[in-house]
Amino acid sequence: MTEELRKTESQKDEMVEQEQVERTRETRLFMPRVDIYETKENIYLVADIPGADQDSIDITLEKNILSIDARVASEKPTDYSLTYAEYGIGDFSRKFTLSNEVEKEGIVAVVKDGVLSLTLPKAGPAKTQRISVKSV
Amino acid sequence: MEFRKRYSSSLWEEMDKLQREMNRMFDSAYTNRSGTVFDFPAINVWTKPESGQVIIAELPGINPDELDIKVIGESITISGSRNSPEESEDLKYHRQERGYGRFTRSIQLPFPVESERVEANYEKGILKIWLPRAEADKPRKIVVKSNS
Repeated sequence: MTEELRKTESQKDEMVEQEQVERTRETRLFMPRVDIYETKENIYLVADIPGADQDSIDITLEKNILSIDARVASEKPTDYSLTYAEYGIGDFSRKFTLSNEVEKEGIVAVVKDGVLSLTLPKAGPAKTQRISVKSV
Repeated sequence: MEFRKRYSSSLWEEMDKLQREMNRMFDSAYTNRSGTVFDFPAINVWTKPESGQVIIAELPGINPDELDIKVIGESITISGSRNSPEESEDLKYHRQERGYGRFTRSIQLPFPVESERVEANYEKGILKIWLPRAEADKPRKIVVKSNS
């Protein structure tokens, strides 16, 4: 990674409808940029979802598919008209397959300044279980 | 009438989608639909001709105290930085898509600004800057007198 923010970073990746199920809401849909890292105890997922807050984010974990959905209300300054646009406004959605077993009850999600941080604790004893072989 | 309206909007969407897919095939990641390279952060500009402009930018995860907004004459400069992610020995990265580092962007405005009345707010990762047009620059309505 370079010191300067790369120019391509200013553009969001829009989802093409074929890639997923069609929507009923008449807004655009973007893929949030994420960082995923892991330590011995936890898996961390950080996603950029500008415009969404705690009430408009849905996080679901079904089997091992983690879905993040964030609705963004398009706030328009009243009486102003959009004269120049470089980015589109729309909802965010992305799904991840979790490889490790995750302690579902222990998932913590925090949102601050348009950044969602998820802490997914790894399931304890299931991590590595040594099976001792007995000799008869 | 209702039917026609809906029909045309979905047609445009279809065209839009087609164009996006064409772009995905032919373009590099560095250009957008119109082929221009954008600076960071991307901005949207809202205008009300008689009162001014509102510049909105998506800047998630930035400390608003470290944002620096300067208005000089007819231009505005936004600069700031996003902290680099944590680095440590027992930390293993799987994905790193979010950018970090310093950024500066200058935007040329179409009119001089009443600099004392510029307001900015940062909420949910979105920066909004209200730029009122300078009083002296506002268009005046000229009353036509007749000598009758």
